[in-house]
Amino acid sequence: MKLNNHLSAVFERCKAENRAALLGYLTAGDPNVALSEQLMYTMAQDVDIIEIGMPFSDPMADGPVIQGASERALAAGTRMQDVLAIALKVRQRYPEIGIVLMGYANVPYSIGFATFAEQAKAAGVDGVLLVDIPAEESDICADVLRQHDLSQIMLLAPTSTEKRIQLAAKVGDGFIYYVSLAGITGAEMGDIQAIQAQLKLVRQHSDLPVCVGFGVKNSQQAAKLAQFADGVVVGSHFVRQITSNIGDECAMIASLARSVKDLAAAMVVQASDNVSEIGEHT
Amino acid sequence: MKDIYDLEIKHPPDAGGHFGMFGGRFAAETLMQPLQEIEDAFFAAWADPKFHDERMDLLHNYVGRATPLYHAQHLTAAVGGAQIYLKREDLNHTGAHKVNNTIGQALLARRMGKKKVIAETGAGQHGVATATVAAMFDMQCDIYMGREDIRRQAPNVFRMKLLGANVVPVDSGNATLKDAVNEALRVWVASCEDTYYIFGTAAGPHPFPLMVRQFHAVIGQEARAQCLAQAGKLPDVAVACVGGGSNAMGLLHPLRDDASVRLVAVEAGGHGLDTAEHAASLAKGKPGIIHGSLSYVLADAEGQISADAHSISAGLDYPGVGPELAYMMDEGRLELDSATDEEALQAFQTLTRAEGIIPALESSHALAAGMRIAASMDEDKVVLINLSGRGDKDLGTVMDLLDLADDGQTP
Repeated sequence: MKLNNHLSAVFERCKAENRAALLGYLTAGDPNVALSEQLMYTMAQDVDIIEIGMPFSDPMADGPVIQGASERALAAGTRMQDVLAIALKVRQRYPEIGIVLMGYANVPYSIGFATFAEQAKAAGVDGVLLVDIPAEESDICADVLRQHDLSQIMLLAPTSTEKRIQLAAKVGDGFIYYVSLAGITGAEMGDIQAIQAQLKLVRQHSDLPVCVGFGVKNSQQAAKLAQFADGVVVGSHFVRQITSNIGDECAMIASLARSVKDLAAAMVVQASDNVSEIGEHT
Repeated sequence: MKDIYDLEIKHPPDAGGHFGMFGGRFAAETLMQPLQEIEDAFFAAWADPKFHDERMDLLHNYVGRATPLYHAQHLTAAVGGAQIYLKREDLNHTGAHKVNNTIGQALLARRMGKKKVIAETGAGQHGVATATVAAMFDMQCDIYMGREDIRRQAPNVFRMKLLGANVVPVDSGNATLKDAVNEALRVWVASCEDTYYIFGTAAGPHPFPLMVRQFHAVIGQEARAQCLAQAGKLPDVAVACVGGGSNAMGLLHPLRDDASVRLVAVEAGGHGLDTAEHAASLAKGKPGIIHGSLSYVLADAEGQISADAHSISAGLDYPGVGPELAYMMDEGRLELDSATDEEALQAFQTLTRAEGIIPALESSHALAAGMRIAASMDEDKVVLINLSGRGDKDLGTVMDLLDLADDGQTP
């Protein structure tokens, strides 16, 4: 059931342009609110969906790079109103982009899911991805998200059984985020053949677009995923453009811009005779 | 004694591991199937008499159960009031109650064919208990411990290393117990195929709160029978300290259906409940989601977990609490109390001098509150206190705080 037309429009547009969608993640408020806003605009120029990370004190599923992003954002005093303000500004500048808020359950739970959903919708957000709300617990916020036309995006992983895939397909909306590896963000990407096989299984149970993330570090990897996934998610690699340029705002923005353009160019779906060739250059 | 160990799972959570609104399995997708496998293995093992034969054999002959119930008459006299009985979990092998759980979970890990175990630890007691069973079962063992806790619990770090465990320091956050849990979860996500995570407290995602409670139920089951035999009646009050809640669930849960028994959970008051520096999640927290379950959490209005959580005792220095304790509190079955760092330190010395028993700083919180309660009651009443661990690991901390120079004593 595709409730949110905005996200499905993004995927349809990409498909019509014969490419996979690029989803870019940055933590809101990293390294501070003002600069984060600039970095989000930079990323928004070339991604199809922007994942805005809500910083959290205890990011249990994240590797050191995104943990660091959360720590910097919180140390800089980032609050939920800053996260939402960034989302709204991105929405105003880029009306066609998909916007997803990503983070951990305790933030929206503590604010109250109803308040959170209302504010997120008002900020132009299309979907919400909460890492520690699996399908079994999705009832805790499903109704209120639906009421505000926000997609509840579900994750699937290499350890997900067919039964779990069915469950996620049933409660999930917007797209399915397939985690390429059994691990935390920023680790090495999983084996491409295994990812491809698992995506086939996911597609047997869901009509939702399937995006692959965790561990995508360069355009070669992204290009391979783009041949069979509906979208490719890049997070830690973009955050690293911040960490490697701390103190030099211009270099930070320029480095991120280059990196995003590079990945965006890799989203093109090759003619089928080239696909096998790409697959072999591993 | 054997028939006191009731294997019926009383007051079970729902199929998803919820105790009322609390509990559940708020875990990353990658961990959902591994957690389901542990749940399935746990219920299969629990229904298998052979599992319990081996578990109880180890608890008797390796751990030294049943632990005594000691009528602390000198302490009772010093306090003046109700009769104080101490459940001597400090006399377990490894020096605390924690081993009841690690024996159970290590047996489960072995049944599941896992060759490696990991665990988080705060005071180091769960780390030592895990490293101990890993040595016995010949399993590889990594223990995640906050760097701050490594500093204040040095003897336990040395014990873990001697036992062959790899102690991994955790620097993120406050470098204490919650951060060690975060790191262990991250490592487990990437290694769940061959690695079993021995969770150390009655918190975390389902089935850990249920499983840890069941493995520690021996504490309350023994204490209940011993109290009936020695005091001729059930205790009027049962008291346990609470960090995550493993020793509290162990003592209190088997007494839950005895309506006449007051159940008291003592949280770490740190510098005082009117400051931000305490670890009283039940008294001062609010419902939230951390480490895989919904329970009371010390967090700000936007859900950021408190960085100020503090206790003199590393084992209680945790901003969350087990979901079933949250449920029992909301139901009105659990009374809350707390003891500050200062009160715990005082109780530590009082018990040591009165009875020649040096308690862990964690257990000293239960003692502080238990003595206070006993003092307000008549002599014919019985207060049962869980002495969850011994204090050897805390000697360094206490010596520093009491300024006991190592130069002998003035005559």
